[in-house]
Amino acid sequence: MHNLKERYGTVTVALSGELDHCNASKIRRQLDDLLADEDILRLCLDLSDLTFMDSSGIGVLLGRLRILEQRGGSLAVKNMSQPIAKLFHLTGLQRVIQVENDKTGGRL
Amino acid sequence: MQNQMEVIFSACPQNESFARVVIAAFAVQLNPTLPEMADIKTAVSEAVTNAIVHGYENKGGLVRLKAEYCDRRMLTVTVQDDGCGMEDVETAMQPFYSTGDGAERSGMGFCVMQTFMDAVDVVSKPGEGTTVTMRKYITGEVGLHRERMLDEIS
Ligand SMILES: Nc1ncnc2c1ncn2[C@@H]1O[C@H](COP(=O)(O)OP(=O)(O)OP(=O)(O)O)[C@@H](O)[C@H]1O
Ligand SMILES: [Mg+2]
Repeated sequence: MHNLKERYGTVTVALSGELDHCNASKIRRQLDDLLADEDILRLCLDLSDLTFMDSSGIGVLLGRLRILEQRGGSLAVKNMSQPIAKLFHLTGLQRVIQVENDKTGGRL
Repeated sequence: MQNQMEVIFSACPQNESFARVVIAAFAVQLNPTLPEMADIKTAVSEAVTNAIVHGYENKGGLVRLKAEYCDRRMLTVTVQDDGCGMEDVETAMQPFYSTGDGAERSGMGFCVMQTFMDAVDVVSKPGEGTTVTMRKYITGEVGLHRERMLDEIS
């Protein structure tokens, strides 16, 4: 996980590997360390290199969304793989988390 | 052609990815499409995580992962624990229902299993553990070619 850019409170973070229950606490801690900086209002997660995610990952994303919303900010994701996009749509996550240029081309 | 397998492993978080690799290695014999394979791995991940987190309440135990196919098209996967079990399975399977474990849980695990597989059957009793049986019809090679064709024309 590393920062790609920071601009006017927008931070893009790349997640890699598998976001399951086993890895959830580590990724949650890393994101929360970052969000300890209250100036960050808009967080964008680049999921290009995230190879797996299940409902434990949804819990992590919703938790970070809550933190950002409490300070008037927002959460976005980009470059989701097709399986992760399917999970997003099933759980209605795309209604609360902004989705930028996903790889599915509209097909699920 | 009939084939079956059974793996018993400790209810620890590292074995969530182990279970996904095991089921993928077995299911690949049915030539699933990539999306079908992703569905199977995600559903198994949900059931195994539930056994570890809820069934054994993160205190450990043994999880049994079984899979079989008979006619090369229908895959049956069973995830079983001897953990705390559930009082009311129907309520537990409702979207967003979660008893949580201190961490952030979305309560979507069973919904994912039901959407990603064709049938999900849960048998559970308080104090006697839980058995989740999931079935999925695998379209296989034909589907794989279809995916490739769609990729090529898009
Ligand atoms: N193997 C199990 N043993 C005991 N209780 C279980 C088991 N599996 C599920 N449950 C109960 O069913 C509830 C719903 O499970 P589900 O997977 O849908 O959501 P969750 O695990 O709480 O959250 P999420 O999967 O989204 O992280 C759980 O909160 C738990 O109370
Ligand atoms: Mg669950």
